[in-house]
Amino acid sequence: MSNFSVAFRNADAATILAVCGELDAHTAPELESAIKKCRDEGKINLIINGHDLDYISSAGLGVFMAFIEEIRTLGGDIKICALRSKIFDVFDLLGFPKIYHIVETEEEALSLFERGIQPIPGD
Amino acid sequence: MDQASITYTLVVPSETRQLAQVRNFVTKYARQANVAEEHIDALRLAIDEACANVIEHAYQGNPEKEVHLAMTIEPTRIIVRIRDHGCPFDRTAYRRPDVRELSRKRKSGGLGVDIIRRLMDKVEYHNQEGTNEIRFVRFRQSRQDGFR
Repeated sequence: MSNFSVAFRNADAATILAVCGELDAHTAPELESAIKKCRDEGKINLIINGHDLDYISSAGLGVFMAFIEEIRTLGGDIKICALRSKIFDVFDLLGFPKIYHIVETEEEALSLFERGIQPIPGD
Repeated sequence: MDQASITYTLVVPSETRQLAQVRNFVTKYARQANVAEEHIDALRLAIDEACANVIEHAYQGNPEKEVHLAMTIEPTRIIVRIRDHGCPFDRTAYRRPDVRELSRKRKSGGLGVDIIRRLMDKVEYHNQEGTNEIRFVRFRQSRQDGFR
């Protein structure tokens, strides 16, 4: 059985993907499917809520790299929120906060969408 | 009994679903040996990355193969050896990844080796008679970066 799950919630400004458990090379395809499903349904303002994420490896980070360009090209964004400090450290180790909006709360992430704050520039 | 150094070993089939077991193994024995949590976090991630590379690249997803892990805990450092009999890692083709560039190219891979190098104090690769081994060391002193 997988030790990872994704739950979807819709807010006015975005779709929230609440991730739970351990995101590694085995479970990363589940997050990939979840993001693809949103994209295919035209949901391109996405918030990954990591409050219940216990672990992430490069395979999990890779899912964000695989989709961010496409989602931004479509006019949306993937924002990340509520990460525990240990999980944030992994994102930070590789410089993700320079390229992705990573904020403390879901409200903050929603507010960025509501106020139309543009993704961090790619250059 | 020699308290100075103790080695724990684990052999798992080459399947990504074994990675959780590998991480549990590292956490359990490192804690038992009183290794500080910041070092355990770094070791768990680096070992996960190295094993995932063996499973996906060296063995190309063949579940019949095995991944061999040995973790030696010494008073001043932890030494990890991960061994396989698959395709060797081509160090000459390795370039330090740039997350921005990988994102632009929509690539999902290429970060694992960089994570290991950032978290460990020493990383070596050995290849002898069809056996590949990655060895890495993390010193148990406090740090300024790479999970403190």
